[in-house]
Amino acid sequence: MSTFAVEMQGVVKKFPNPGGGEISAVDHVTLQIEHGEFFSLLGPSGCGKTTSLRLTAGFEWPSEGEIFIQGQAMGRTPPYLRPVNTVFQSYALFQHMTVAQNVAFGLEMEHLAKPEIKRRVDEALEMVQLPGMAGRKPKQLSGGQQQRVALARALVKRPAVLLLDEPLGALDLKLRKEMQLELKALQMQVGITFIYVTHDQEEALTMSDRIALMNFGKVLQIGTPVEIYERPTSRFAADFIGETNFLPGSVVELNKEMATIQLKQSEGCATGLQQGNLVAGQPAVLSIRPEKIRLSDERVLNHNCFLARVVSTTYIGSDTRVVVDLGQGNHLTVWEQNKISILDKSVFYTPGQEVWVTLFPENALVLADA
Amino acid sequence: MASNRLKSFTKSLRENPQSQGLALISPTMLYLLVFMIMPLLLVVILSFLSRGPYGNVIYKFNLQNYLRLGDSLYLRILGFSVTTATLTTLASLLIGYPLAYYIARAPAKQRSFLLFLILVPFWTNFIIRIYAWIMILRTEGLLNTTLLNLGLIKVPLDILYTPTAVFIGMVYEFLPFMVLPLFTSLEKIEFIQLEAAADLGAQPWRAFLRVTLPLSVPGMIAGSILVFIPAMGMFVVPDLMGGAKTVLVGNLIRNQFLTARDWPFGAAASMVLLIGTLIVTLLYARRAGLGEEVLV
Repeated sequence: MSTFAVEMQGVVKKFPNPGGGEISAVDHVTLQIEHGEFFSLLGPSGCGKTTSLRLTAGFEWPSEGEIFIQGQAMGRTPPYLRPVNTVFQSYALFQHMTVAQNVAFGLEMEHLAKPEIKRRVDEALEMVQLPGMAGRKPKQLSGGQQQRVALARALVKRPAVLLLDEPLGALDLKLRKEMQLELKALQMQVGITFIYVTHDQEEALTMSDRIALMNFGKVLQIGTPVEIYERPTSRFAADFIGETNFLPGSVVELNKEMATIQLKQSEGCATGLQQGNLVAGQPAVLSIRPEKIRLSDERVLNHNCFLARVVSTTYIGSDTRVVVDLGQGNHLTVWEQNKISILDKSVFYTPGQEVWVTLFPENALVLADA
Repeated sequence: MASNRLKSFTKSLRENPQSQGLALISPTMLYLLVFMIMPLLLVVILSFLSRGPYGNVIYKFNLQNYLRLGDSLYLRILGFSVTTATLTTLASLLIGYPLAYYIARAPAKQRSFLLFLILVPFWTNFIIRIYAWIMILRTEGLLNTTLLNLGLIKVPLDILYTPTAVFIGMVYEFLPFMVLPLFTSLEKIEFIQLEAAADLGAQPWRAFLRVTLPLSVPGMIAGSILVFIPAMGMFVVPDLMGGAKTVLVGNLIRNQFLTARDWPFGAAASMVLLIGTLIVTLLYARRAGLGEEVLV
């Protein structure tokens, strides 16, 4: 019955609240993670993603519900008996041991023979590209190198599941981007299930097979990066992943998968894909990504097309970011990709200029306004 | 004129970081020079002189005092002192470690209160606390009456005025000096290091042996040195709790200065104690693999 690498069933974790009572850091989380999957837990700080990871590692035990690892109910199994290993955010390397001793530690706990340990330590250090560092102490290494040691120390145990708690959080941007690709390549190479905790949506989109988006201890949406970005099911998801524009209003018409809303503070109506079950009259928002909006000198559609005034334009190299005013303070941000050189002045929009804004209904989503 | 000189002085001080350091350290240096280095030199000189017939000092250089210390009587006292100090250090370490560990792992709010409790005994005079121990340990004392009443013993235990009593008193006196550096060292160990050890397959006792214990070595060394050195020179506890039977180096020195009025011999014994303790401490710190952190 080893169908999933990790399965969480109605997991709740309550902590005593300093102000009295209890707070649920993890609130009825149910999810299944496939073998060999790169699965990310994504959300803002305090959303319960790290607690979920610590529950899986065994550092905390659930108040309710059950966690299965490879079909085995974990209950109150201590960390040292679980087939998982963790890469900690602060690395938690043993400062009094050398790099090689750090990596060997987990194998020594398994009572393996000395030559076997040496062989696997060398192998692991080579895998994370740290040859020749075996004799150094953690303090003599850079942050990126320490991160690699932490990775080698966990991977050398050949766990069923590797748990990573914001492992790239302390690295600078350039190194982080390099490590993202390297980690993903490494995961494909070793074929181990990765559960990756991050608050960085771009990182999650880059690396994951699937993402679970969390907020206030609850899982809001689980899906592939494309599903999460293109079809967010909640206003929070649309807002947290990437950039988006929201036009508030209320539902006036529902037609199969489409929904039309009456825009607030405006005469117009706008149509988009219906997300979730909406009812007529309920407050809703039309959500559309800045790169999916079309600007033109002439009207393109009869519907979902508005005359607007350019407020500002910002040239950022690959794109030009244009802010337009639909009237009554409804601003939209539009990213125009600079496919041809902007030196050709006619492409630029000047502030004050009038322009037609088209929100193609198949690119817009209508979400319940929570 | 005077203010000009002051201005140029402060200016030179401002522009010269080295003289800033010198200016800051000079009061301490002066104090140490007058009250520590000078008396120490006097003791060194005194140890090479000899005693006159009326307890006066005869100013004539000789090595007689040091040769006399080679006498088996004095060697036995030295040996007994080293044994007592070593046992006191070991016992303080064994009793102090769990205590320091408990305090270091207590919630932050309780921690300062528990540390405060460790320091409370220092508010009472040491002699008074030793007399309290005498009240507990003597034949009709608290310990014996309790044990007799409970029927655990038939005859009162003979503890007071034995080396055991001295040992108990010394461990009691020096325990805080072991607990405080151990606490500092244990408190610095991040809990996440133990989580990492558990994560890598270490049961709690193996995590303790492989992570906690090695990381607390600096505290163990500092605590041991802080207990061993004063334990070597202790004379109050053996005097009061050991009766006349137990003589340590500390008692020997005190007796030479105050009772026998043989200052040169007392000074020589002091020098041997000083240099011996220094050597033992240095070797110990070196052996444990960290000289600088503790000694500098």
